[in-house]
Amino acid sequence: MPRRTDLSSILVIGSGPIVIGQACEFDYSGTQACRVLRREGYRVALVNSNPATIMTDPEFADRTYVEPLTPDSILAVLERERPSALLPTIGGQTGLNVSVALAESGDLDRLGVELIGANLETIHRAEDRSGFKEAMAKAGLDVPRAGTAHTLDEALGLGERLGYPVIVRPSFTLGGGGSGFADTRPELAALARRSLAASPVSEILVEESIAGWKEFELEVMRDHDDNAVVVCSIENVDPMGVHTGDSVTVAPQQTLTDRAYQAMRDDALACLRAIGVETGGSNVQFAVDPDTGRRVLIEMNPRVSRSSALASKATGFPIAKIAALLAVGYRLDEIRNDITRATPASFEPTLDYVVVKVPRFAFEKFPEADPTLTSTMKSVGEVMAIGRTFKEAFGKAWRGLERSGADLGAHDTSVSDEEVLASLHAGSEARFRLIERALAAGHDVDTVAAASGVDPWFVDQIEQVRALASGLTSLGELDEATLRAAKRGGLSDGRIARETGASEIQVRERREELGVVPVFKSVDTCGGEFPAQTPYHYSTYEEESEVLPSSRPRVVILGAGPNRIGQGIEFDYACVHAAFGLEEAGFEAVMVNSNPETVSTDYDTSSRLYFEPLTAEDVLAVCDAERPVGVIAQFGGQTPLELARTLEVAGYRILGTSPDAIDLAEDRGRFAALLGELVIPAPPHGEARTIAEARVVARRIGYPVVVRPSFVLGGRAMEIVYDDEELETFVRSAAEASREHPVLIDRFLEGAIEVDVDAVCDGADVFIGAVMEHIEEAGVHSGDSSCQIPPATLADEELDRIEEITRRLARRIGVVGLLNLQLAVKDEKIWVLEANPRASRTVPFVSKVIGVSLARVATLVLGGRTLADLADEGVLPTDATHYRRLPYTAVKAAVLPFGRFPGVDTVLGPEMRSTGEVMGIDRDPGAALAKAMVAAGHALPTAGTVFVSVANRDKRAIVFPAKRLADLGFGLLATTGTAGVLRRAGVPVEPVSKVSESTDEGPDDVVELIRAGRVDLVINTPFGRGPRTDGYHIRTAAAAAGVPCITTLPGAYAAVRGIEALRAGATTPLSIQEHHAEARSGPIQESLRFERDRASTRGGVA
Amino acid sequence: MRAPAALLALEDGTVLRGSGFGAEGEAFGEAVFNTGMAGYQEILTDPSYAGQIVTMTAPQQGNYGMHEDDAESDRIQVAGFAVREAARRPSSRRAAGTLGDALLEGGVVAIEGIDTRRLTRRIRDAGAMRAAISTVDPDPASLVARVRGARPMSGADLARTVSTAAAYDASSMVGPADRSRGHALRVAVYDFGVKRNILRMAAAAGLETSVVPAETPATDVLAGGFQGVLLSNGPGDPAATRYGVDAAAALLGSLPVFGICLGHQLLALALGGRTYKMPFGHRGVNQPVRDARTGAVRITSHNHGFAVDPDGWERRGETARTPFGAVELTHRNLNDDTLEGLRCRDVPAFSVQYHPEAAPGPHDAGDLFTAFRDLIEGRAA
Ligand SMILES: Nc1ncnc2c1ncn2[C@@H]1O[C@H](COP(=O)(O)OP(=O)(O)O)[C@@H](O)[C@H]1O
Ligand SMILES: Nc1ncnc2c1ncn2[C@@H]1O[C@H](COP(=O)(O)OP(=O)(O)O)[C@@H](O)[C@H]1O
Ligand SMILES: [Mg+2]
Ligand SMILES: [Mg+2]
Repeated sequence: MPRRTDLSSILVIGSGPIVIGQACEFDYSGTQACRVLRREGYRVALVNSNPATIMTDPEFADRTYVEPLTPDSILAVLERERPSALLPTIGGQTGLNVSVALAESGDLDRLGVELIGANLETIHRAEDRSGFKEAMAKAGLDVPRAGTAHTLDEALGLGERLGYPVIVRPSFTLGGGGSGFADTRPELAALARRSLAASPVSEILVEESIAGWKEFELEVMRDHDDNAVVVCSIENVDPMGVHTGDSVTVAPQQTLTDRAYQAMRDDALACLRAIGVETGGSNVQFAVDPDTGRRVLIEMNPRVSRSSALASKATGFPIAKIAALLAVGYRLDEIRNDITRATPASFEPTLDYVVVKVPRFAFEKFPEADPTLTSTMKSVGEVMAIGRTFKEAFGKAWRGLERSGADLGAHDTSVSDEEVLASLHAGSEARFRLIERALAAGHDVDTVAAASGVDPWFVDQIEQVRALASGLTSLGELDEATLRAAKRGGLSDGRIARETGASEIQVRERREELGVVPVFKSVDTCGGEFPAQTPYHYSTYEEESEVLPSSRPRVVILGAGPNRIGQGIEFDYACVHAAFGLEEAGFEAVMVNSNPETVSTDYDTSSRLYFEPLTAEDVLAVCDAERPVGVIAQFGGQTPLELARTLEVAGYRILGTSPDAIDLAEDRGRFAALLGELVIPAPPHGEARTIAEARVVARRIGYPVVVRPSFVLGGRAMEIVYDDEELETFVRSAAEASREHPVLIDRFLEGAIEVDVDAVCDGADVFIGAVMEHIEEAGVHSGDSSCQIPPATLADEELDRIEEITRRLARRIGVVGLLNLQLAVKDEKIWVLEANPRASRTVPFVSKVIGVSLARVATLVLGGRTLADLADEGVLPTDATHYRRLPYTAVKAAVLPFGRFPGVDTVLGPEMRSTGEVMGIDRDPGAALAKAMVAAGHALPTAGTVFVSVANRDKRAIVFPAKRLADLGFGLLATTGTAGVLRRAGVPVEPVSKVSESTDEGPDDVVELIRAGRVDLVINTPFGRGPRTDGYHIRTAAAAAGVPCITTLPGAYAAVRGIEALRAGATTPLSIQEHHAEARSGPIQESLRFERDRASTRGGVA
Repeated sequence: MRAPAALLALEDGTVLRGSGFGAEGEAFGEAVFNTGMAGYQEILTDPSYAGQIVTMTAPQQGNYGMHEDDAESDRIQVAGFAVREAARRPSSRRAAGTLGDALLEGGVVAIEGIDTRRLTRRIRDAGAMRAAISTVDPDPASLVARVRGARPMSGADLARTVSTAAAYDASSMVGPADRSRGHALRVAVYDFGVKRNILRMAAAAGLETSVVPAETPATDVLAGGFQGVLLSNGPGDPAATRYGVDAAAALLGSLPVFGICLGHQLLALALGGRTYKMPFGHRGVNQPVRDARTGAVRITSHNHGFAVDPDGWERRGETARTPFGAVELTHRNLNDDTLEGLRCRDVPAFSVQYHPEAAPGPHDAGDLFTAFRDLIEGRAA
């Protein structure tokens, strides 16, 4: 049966902000679903709070609602849209959970909205861990011994019954949130408490631990006529106990016999049938005991998942797209395989290559966090690599991580040869490097396999790599055969350089001289049985290349690589628009990227896709194969910028801003000089190599100062320092971090308003996308602070000056394409903090707000168009101040991963730590703010108790918001100091003791109150400097108890406004298409202002 | 020990250089590729591969070693084996030995380190070709020349060369027939190169099988008190396997017949149909086959270079008119529309081109053995 004709409109739910465990893969799946459903003639409405996604671009749905993913706000959308169906299976766990809530509340039935893709019973059977166990038992499928608990006692009882160690997993969570292992009763007690809290239905599964077994996943699709296929098998190289999201994984599975694999396939299909997944994709996880071969089911997800994104990219089988088609009634054999264009989708892809995925972690940003890998996912991104052998793919994946220090074979001093075996037991970021170390130390494959739980076949592969590497002598002596063997073994030029004491360039030259260069093969779903119609390529050291010539000129787009904090989905967004823009401008877009979660690595986003690491070696190989007329390096974030120079030297043309211009903006020395020349104010600046020097510089500049090691980016290791003592401690640690590199010292503009600008320059004219005013003051990294359009408090005259500075800088630097500027406004002066001559984190946000895709405009400019032309064609608004007077306000808020890392201080600072962002948009500025906060997970209370405790410098300014809260009927608690100030100002408040003051018999201290759930909102700004013990306890307690915690004064003002808006009642949600239409025609309305508030905060600083 | 250099040559002059693993020497045969990702042991020991040099499209082979009960016959049957990389260290702690050692013991010449995707694409575009692997002749030209002199697969009668010499009772090999569906039924299995899993699955379906040599006259079987006949899979050109066609023709109508792969082709010929050589055949475990009667699609295991011509008969729609009455064309391959199954309306017989016994491959079609039992018991399935 072809598509259902009884459905007319479909509501698609996205997955919201990027968080650990739920990343861009759901932009990929949502985008595919929206595209195909519209192609099928359905009216598509979409809800997603994440503005950095491609799917929320106006052209991907008929109505796009950038609203919080809460039952209430989605209900409001449903009431407006009255769709015939809701597709809950492509928005990750978030999409699934809200859909369940709406189904259970009866609202879907009431509105006559059908759940397609998965029905309520199915979702329950799969997600509720006990229901799942029963279903499996009924189907005669083996599962680990376990029981479910809803209380602590039940959990402890199970612990006794099952025997330790046990694993605890909450129902309806993602990325192993709230799960973990317990070896003893006390451990279980602590864990169970956390875990029960983590489960939205406070249900947990207590299960015998089978850590150390082999772990597998199958990606399965089934249609309503019970035709089912396994799209891909994935084997975890890390054994059970490390979350699949944190494990190194390989596809297809490498170590099971066909007999064992087919039995697993039978179980997976039986599982789908037992759970009742009728239309769509599911992911089924297995564990296999390596000694007995016993196989058990771990879980199944009745939806598109992280692994399905990986599986899609690994096989060329577009799972999300096909899941959407199945959901609207198609059968697998009615859908065509896009890659062969000759065969149907009712088949099982076969791979004639090996795919390896390696996770990317960010522990350096959370020093207090525990870096051991467990059943709770901790990675922030991943790299996928394709090679003809495991060794080749493994090597490509590791160099794709772009972590020079963590590269395979990098000398690791963290453990001694004696400890190395023992260090292999626990999962860690370093495990595979240490496995090689252990082998190098003379331990044999079996010993290492036993010690690590990694299958001996994989250990032997690593041993082969090690042997290849250690066999390399001096570069000059390397003959063609040895070098080719090394490359076929996946050794990077970088590693060969290390092993031979040569430079990477020398290695590359030697290779080319000996003709040791890669060829490019195609991902074709069928192992070569049918010709591939889609140019989806990977490099390998083989004989035959499959790259076809093309008629149109080609432009290479360098992607952003793995997600990491500071470089995420926003940059993929820009790259995807670059691809669309290039096609529009008559070029063939050639995409290079290594991140399987992304839209950019969908084979139908660009004309040609190269799934390759973003390293000089691999990117040059692509360019040599494609001979592009130009390369775009300014959209993929920092990664491609670092490659620009190399490519230019190799004779490739960098489109837009030249590498030298990039350096002019990036090099803080050159940039400072340039600002001086243009007499644009910048914070007084200096460099120091010794503590003595540092003191002198600091004195000259005056405290407080911002200090940072010169070699790092992403605000890494940046600190605000208030006196000599702190300065010394910092310089000491930084000096270690970066030997020769000096420490950079800037005057810290305390209490300044921070501003971001995104603009496009064509070399002459400049188009200002928007000036964004941050809510938090300068000092909170731009990536972590909230900001809004139109600016909240900046006067037109200030905005004019900011725009003017932007124009002058853009021209002087020689920007062609995108420019992001960060400035600070203080004492009626405008200071420039930094200029990034590339796509920025805020490009998608600005584009969504003003209704103009900056990335597309920039691409057209790179393609030779002028801004003047584009203005004439109506691509650009003619009113230069377009963004200042919009009939709506949009607020961007950051989402931070503190929930994942218990014990990490949640105070915001100059080091970026957020993983994603959300946007709130509304005609009413307060409502926009509230939406942003709610979407970001700060469930603002509309009544209850607020705890206030602020630093001395904030005490005066806190009176105002505190009073408002009291007027709104909130009860106020405060620590003695703050309480005193409030009382004197006539604000009713009840004092409570700090942890440091608390006594055993005395009244509960604040932390106890927070734990006891007696506090609904915490406002706490850090006390001066030094060990902020009390503040730390308060904030971490709030984070643990899931109580919203505001750590800045402007944040407090914003929260108050948000609460006011929430109390005023929900406003009707409007789609961004409607907002944009209104902006073009509609009435112009004054934007949010709270001068008075800001004045008082300004008053707070000297 | 340094692996010997080896060459793989095709009759079109293509030569790939790799290194030998397994036995040293030379092997001639028809070059074919299999797209299954696991299951190399079942493939190597499947008699249907007699006379063929098999390359696996999946690059890494031998990863889990060799296992006692994964053998489909008592020895390695392929003429030669070509892979991108052979594991030197198997994963499984329960493995009986490595792939390389098994090939060595089996005296089978093998090559690794070649661009198997290039080889596969060559075969796909130019069709299955005569080929050779040599670890002894370093001269491409001479090897190619000798390949061109080798015997082609068309017209080759190979079934008799791999068939059992004497009849035997399968229970000795796969244990007694399952009795849960009532008493066991006695079935004769014509061994044209039968895979053990056919006998295992027959036993599981309650069929007690006696395996008889390929050239056994139908009269012997008719006299043997059997209740059904299974025509097995096997190598070679069906049209050249006259004795099989004659036996099938003689048995049709007298005993219920079930044909698998070559058995299916022989049945078709016995029904007065035609077979033809496919460009490069179907070899893999991911082929979608639709049952025209139910519309159900099954993912099936394939290994055939010849196929039955659906236009070999005069037909109305999917029903052919044959000397034995109406025959339904029951199955088609969704990739290329190849005919994959037949069912006689007027005599008790059916056949499939694919492998319901899998091994290697998915179990989607395993129920055909009980369907055969039902046919014998007069319950039309
Ligand atoms: N019984 C168990 N013993 C040991 N490890 C387990 C067990 N069950 C799950 N795990 C580990 O925990 C991880 C997360 O469990 P899973 O149920 O997949 O959670 P999620 O829903 O977050 O994917 C798995 O990938 C696996 O490595
Ligand atoms: N001189 C300064 N005064 C006040 N805040 C500053 C100053 N320099 C940097 N910051 C704060 O630190 C953050 C990160 O600094 P930035 O130079 O943007 O590093 P990155 O390269 O990581 O973006 C900025 O967003 C800003 O909030
Ligand atoms: Mg999981
Ligand atoms: Mg910045």
